[in-house]
Amino acid sequence: MKHLLTSESLTREETIALLDTASRMRELSGAKKLPTLRGFTVVNLFFEDSTRTRISFEAAAKRLSADVINFSAKGSSVSKGESLKDTALTLQAMGADAVVIRHPASGSAERLANAGWISGSVINAGDGTHQHPTQALLDAFTIRNHFGEVGGDLQGLSIAIVGDILHSRVARSNVFLLSTLGAKVHVVAPATLLPIGVEKWPCSVHFSLEEILGEVDAIMMLRIQSERMTDSYFPSELEYSKRYGLDQERFAMMQDHAIIMHPGPMNRGLEISAAVADNARSVIVEQVSNGVLIRMAVLFHILAGESL
Amino acid sequence: MSQNVGSRLVLDASEIARALTRISHEIDERTKGANDVLVLGIPTRGAYLAQRIASNLSKIQGNEINVGTLDITLFRDDLKRQPIRALLPTYIPAGSLEDSLVILVDDVFFSGRTIRAALDALNEFGRPRAVQLAVLIDRGHRELPIRADYVGKNLPTSMDEKVTVQLSEIDGEDAVYVGGGQ
Repeated sequence: MKHLLTSESLTREETIALLDTASRMRELSGAKKLPTLRGFTVVNLFFEDSTRTRISFEAAAKRLSADVINFSAKGSSVSKGESLKDTALTLQAMGADAVVIRHPASGSAERLANAGWISGSVINAGDGTHQHPTQALLDAFTIRNHFGEVGGDLQGLSIAIVGDILHSRVARSNVFLLSTLGAKVHVVAPATLLPIGVEKWPCSVHFSLEEILGEVDAIMMLRIQSERMTDSYFPSELEYSKRYGLDQERFAMMQDHAIIMHPGPMNRGLEISAAVADNARSVIVEQVSNGVLIRMAVLFHILAGESL
Repeated sequence: MSQNVGSRLVLDASEIARALTRISHEIDERTKGANDVLVLGIPTRGAYLAQRIASNLSKIQGNEINVGTLDITLFRDDLKRQPIRALLPTYIPAGSLEDSLVILVDDVFFSGRTIRAALDALNEFGRPRAVQLAVLIDRGHRELPIRADYVGKNLPTSMDEKVTVQLSEIDGEDAVYVGGGQ
């Protein structure tokens, strides 16, 4: 595996191998540090704000003893108008073995990987509204930890992804990855927040949350992304919350074993009520710690070997 | 079995059992019945050997023996030379490592690089009071100044020979074969 750009590019075997590596990484959590990637340089190239993803890539690289260079667009020459190409050439000159990129433009990770600007590996940490494969991997990992086992897939599980599917790279990556692993995926959203072509995705589409609440094993609530909302997609936040928010009443309609997920950051009281977010069946904090394990697995598979 | 074509049997099931029994008694003798022993096997087959040695030891000493596994893949110095290997299980019983007497267990002792990696790994997990090494087969050709404390069988080999340890837990039989040489 040279790059990780989209979740569609991962085969079932590669995906399971990555999840298994993450499980083993957790068994090694008693070790102070792992020397595996000593001498490798990982650059975190963030053109967009991020807390969880950047910190977790940094933590993952450092736990594996790689050298980490953090680059954020703010405070760099990008604010003076430097292009992605010139930034990439600078990174190449510094000898980056892997570049973790987060960029507001869809397709930027692909461009960085294939334009011939750099020789290192590229890991997509979110490009516009396109893909966020490590988030999908950590979500699948979290679900498998609850319902599956090492070496296994997600066959027979029913998973709902609810909310702003249109702007969500998390949803896009998850739909494909979860269905690669054999799960039955439902997306739930108002028609205005569904992308064109969603009927070709490997999932079923619902306009009402109540239709599927009783059958899902895991429900993923997406953030309403006000920074990408250039139009009015729903009449008011209150109305969205009433129809698509996960509150106590809807939570009570779910199966007793079902888990609640959210990629963060949450808008408490909008897509998810505070009481549900803090419920014992909410695995939102677990998702964050699993994020470090998954990113360690991805860095290991990309940097340490020839092929998967 | 096809993989054993042209190879000869050097230890059969009863010889393996006797070697492990002897190693267990030697451990008991050398450690003077110490109750802080942690038997740590290196997967895959070292982990099964560790289980067997620990169960022998606990029969000899009449108490429970801490036993675990330590995967050293992430501590290897040759990761870039080969395709990605699947990581294997690691399990160290809580609180069993610090100030303990660790007995590392592996099936075949060859260059010594695996053991070096295991020593590095132990260092990351804590500080045992001492570390000893038990191996079923010592085939020579050391590349590092490391030796074993307990050896099942010394087996002089040439570099191009292949030593195959089979254990009933995963291979369906207990046997050690050597083959592939001139």
